[in-house]
Amino acid sequence: MLTIKNLQAGIEGKRILNGINLDIKAGEVHAIMGPNGSGKSTLASVLAGRQDYEVTGGSVEFLGKDLLELSPEERACEGLFLAFQYPVEIPGLSTTNFIKTAVNEIRKYHGEKPLDAVGFLRLMKEKMALMNIDQSLLSRPLNEGFSGGEKKRNEIFQMAMLQPRLAILDETDSGLDIDAIRIVANGVNKIHSKENAVLVVTHYQRLLDYIVPDFVHVLYNGRIVKSGTKELALELEEKGYDFIKNEIDVTEQVG
Amino acid sequence: MNNIIENYKEHFDRLQSSPTSNAMSVLAAVRQNAFNAFSKMGIPTARHEEWKYTRIGSLFNAELQFPANLLPSIEAELEAIRLPGYEQANELVFVNGYFNSSLSRIRSAELITLTMEEAAAGEYKDFVLRYLGDSSRYLKDGINALNTAFTQGGVFLHVKKGQAIEHPVYIYNITDARTAAILAQPRSLVHIGENAQVQLVETYSTIGIADSFTNQVMEVVMEKDSLVEYYKIQNDASHASLVSTTHFLQTGKSYLHTVTISLNGAIVRNNLNVILEAEHCEAHLYGLYFQGGKSHIDNHTIVDNVKPNCFSNELYKGILNNEASGVFNGKIFVRPQAQKTNAYQSNKNVLLSDAASVNTKPQLEIFADDVKCSHGCTVGQLDEEALFYLRSRGISEKIARFLMIRAFAADILEHIKPAPIHAYVEQLISERLEFHIL
Repeated sequence: MLTIKNLQAGIEGKRILNGINLDIKAGEVHAIMGPNGSGKSTLASVLAGRQDYEVTGGSVEFLGKDLLELSPEERACEGLFLAFQYPVEIPGLSTTNFIKTAVNEIRKYHGEKPLDAVGFLRLMKEKMALMNIDQSLLSRPLNEGFSGGEKKRNEIFQMAMLQPRLAILDETDSGLDIDAIRIVANGVNKIHSKENAVLVVTHYQRLLDYIVPDFVHVLYNGRIVKSGTKELALELEEKGYDFIKNEIDVTEQVG
Repeated sequence: MNNIIENYKEHFDRLQSSPTSNAMSVLAAVRQNAFNAFSKMGIPTARHEEWKYTRIGSLFNAELQFPANLLPSIEAELEAIRLPGYEQANELVFVNGYFNSSLSRIRSAELITLTMEEAAAGEYKDFVLRYLGDSSRYLKDGINALNTAFTQGGVFLHVKKGQAIEHPVYIYNITDARTAAILAQPRSLVHIGENAQVQLVETYSTIGIADSFTNQVMEVVMEKDSLVEYYKIQNDASHASLVSTTHFLQTGKSYLHTVTISLNGAIVRNNLNVILEAEHCEAHLYGLYFQGGKSHIDNHTIVDNVKPNCFSNELYKGILNNEASGVFNGKIFVRPQAQKTNAYQSNKNVLLSDAASVNTKPQLEIFADDVKCSHGCTVGQLDEEALFYLRSRGISEKIARFLMIRAFAADILEHIKPAPIHAYVEQLISERLEFHIL
């Protein structure tokens, strides 16, 4: 589904990603972990098409298309979804109206007719029940005055509505208490199927107690330096990132 | 400049010596004083502090004519100009600055409508004498004086004590520029009686392709416990210029709510004065300007806290595209006696193009020590992070910009209370957005 080869990218002339290689297949859950500044959020941003970042090398193929050639909206229409670390507040724009516009823009991209009011309402109700989200939240302006937990739940609700093929969760657990993490993770698990994939970007292992990954990758200095299964995440939690750092730095010195 | 004054002197002498004029000595005296002031000050230039960014001198060219007294026929055009909800509304029609009673429809018996001449000669004489020209205490320039000097065919409106006018009063300022470039100078004086309520909605329309210049003054006196909602909607032709002065004098504890929407015109200057002359007055001033092309929009506001314990809140938002230019100048005075004043002001601007510009200036003059006042202004572009957020959900860049501008305007539009007018302005904004963004 997603094949990243030797991806190099940076911002304002500063190189952050130094050759990422990653292969994600449908049905899989991958986690990317790493210390602060290792390039986790940069990777998420580059995949979603944030324009501040400059790709200087490598390739990304998504469902047979050159992802890097697509605009952010085209990537979304192709089935990529980024759950933001800091969802943006837009006063004056109702959450429902925003989601309806997004759903219908994606349908238009695929040559489908826009959902009418009844069809959209039916879809909303179905996903609201699935996500256990309240109508009152959705009639408020987009993220305005939402608590941290409400913002992240709204992200996952949007994901449910847009039904992406690949969902990237960028530090979705940051700023959430354990109850909120559980709710958000349950939402993600309900949406996950054999047809779609999830890429969880996180600093801490705790989210992975609830969204159990098939593969865990450790990002350090803009490269994936270690890959393994969910046990790797537990090992990181126990030993901290220093054990990886030491291992890598020693290897580099020897090399 | 002297040519203009000499030219206008001829018109003025003719007006003062007309047989109908002499009988109304009240008006004649007011006009004479104003013309003397105009002769001294002339048309304001960029040297005038309040006109630094808004140049109207070039509008007074050789083509600009005083309208003939003869009223043109505009029945057919009026049908297209009427605002939604007119079937129930009271309608006042000005054509080329003259109140036209045959085109106007007054449905509420609680609303007294007289020509200014009738009011000045009859039972409202003392009121007219006292308040006509009150705005000149604040607006010391030739353009305000010019309107007063030619006060003729204006209107006097009185909302009776204790009455709430059920349907809004629509005021159409129509300029007929089909045969010549016209200078129209509508004038009105409004008296809101004690405990009376009214909604006023004003629009400006130019018919024909010649230039028009409307120099309008409306003065409103609000008595104790009265409530006024005032909506000004400006969406005139690109060759139509306007100086629109609205002066509210709150003489008793009263409530004022204003929304000024400016969407098109050549040069548009709004003077909105709110004089809080009694304790516990409240005033809300909202404004939205969304302009493109080479248009110029200037909002000058004054809130004068004369007495203690008054509250005012002001929020103006601007969106400027192409080579449009904007001005916001918000003055707040707090007089020495006006302790416990609460006065807030904010002006936020979004520039959609590199060539668009805005000059924004809050001006607070506070002479009392126990007050709460705040002001702030911002100028920027649409938030890139928000645009990315919308686009990352599959929304095209154009639609994302559309949604964001609509969202930016929303907290002004929500203050337009009459439903048909609210829907009408929403529609105008959508059309503007489609034109500028899609």
